Amino acid sequence: MARTDVQLMLDVKAGDEASFELLLRKYRTPLVNFLYRMVRDTAVAEDLAQEVFLRVYRARDQYAPSAKFTTWMFRIATNLALNSVRDNRHRRMEISMDQTVGTGEDEQRPLEVPDRAPSVEQELVARCRAELIMKAIHGLPEKQRAAVLLHKYQELDYDEIAGVLECSESALKSLLFRAYETLRVELAPLVNNSVRA
Amino acid sequence: MFGSKNSGKQCAALESKLVEYLDGRARPAERHAVEEHLAACADCRSRAEEFRSLWSALDELPSISPSPAFDASLRSRIAAEPARHGFWEWMPSPRLVFAMTALVAVSVWLSSTPRFKTIAPSASQSSQQSPANQAAQITAESDFGMIRDLPELENFDVISKFDALSELSVPAATSTPEPRKEAR
Repeated sequence: MARTDVQLMLDVKAGDEASFELLLRKYRTPLVNFLYRMVRDTAVAEDLAQEVFLRVYRARDQYAPSAKFTTWMFRIATNLALNSVRDNRHRRMEISMDQTVGTGEDEQRPLEVPDRAPSVEQELVARCRAELIMKAIHGLPEKQRAAVLLHKYQELDYDEIAGVLECSESALKSLLFRAYETLRVELAPLVNNSVRA
Repeated sequence: MFGSKNSGKQCAALESKLVEYLDGRARPAERHAVEEHLAACADCRSRAEEFRSLWSALDELPSISPSPAFDASLRSRIAAEPARHGFWEWMPSPRLVFAMTALVAVSVWLSSTPRFKTIAPSASQSSQQSPANQAAQITAESDFGMIRDLPELENFDVISKFDALSELSVPAATSTPEPRKEAR
């Protein structure tokens, strides 16, 4: 029978390094994706994901299974991402005082669209749509962005997301509704096309 | 936010339930309530459809994979972490232990050392003094000893300006405390 995340973490606490390896394999991709969608920078996302694992590893001796492992891990990730976004915002403001050319967003690594042998045109359309979605998500207020990412892409339970964001479940549901409402308006070209189809 | 005026309250109440209804996590009673409202409210029904469509669009966002160097980089960062020391982890560093011991020793030494030392007169001096002078000196010494044993005498400059003590000279500067005037 597969061990739960909590059991794996307790084994790490007992000195079993292989259990940490299992947690790493299980969560590195979701974590990198979550962080990438939060900060919109692959290098920063990877660095932050490593920092999350490092903090989990450092805290192994004090680990007590008071909450779900994912709640704990994504709380660390969310806090790191929010700090990074705020730091980066300050940095961008400083840079924009000095230079007016280039926003920096254009220099992001392009999204990796799954390879299903599409035509060049299809690939371009898919890339544009993905960019549009990414931009709309990134335009959300930080807490709403984290809530949408944890709900839509990580599929965490409401109590877990509320635990990560440190708010009540009812507040979270309102937060999610407002976030999806904003996205519905921002992504109207994609949404209305789908509804009509 | 949406819906007709008549069902405005119901539409507002739907806001907190719509997301969990659409993602299939609503409890049966709530699901039933939402379905009833959607059946009656065209606006909300349309909004629910748009939310479904939005979620399909959000699925188009591709996933990225960690770079091949991710694990190796993390392992090297973990390897750079200080190793566990078990019990000794809780012990303070030797430097700190030394500093604390030295601090305690200095505190004990300072508290046990009198601030004012009276230098005993030499045997030749004491033998030359008259009995009256000797008695006066004993009285002065006992008086001074009483002052010396007071717990706080750091501000000797201030204290020495009091009339009762003005005749006392600074002990460090004199070898023998002067006898009081009355004794003379």
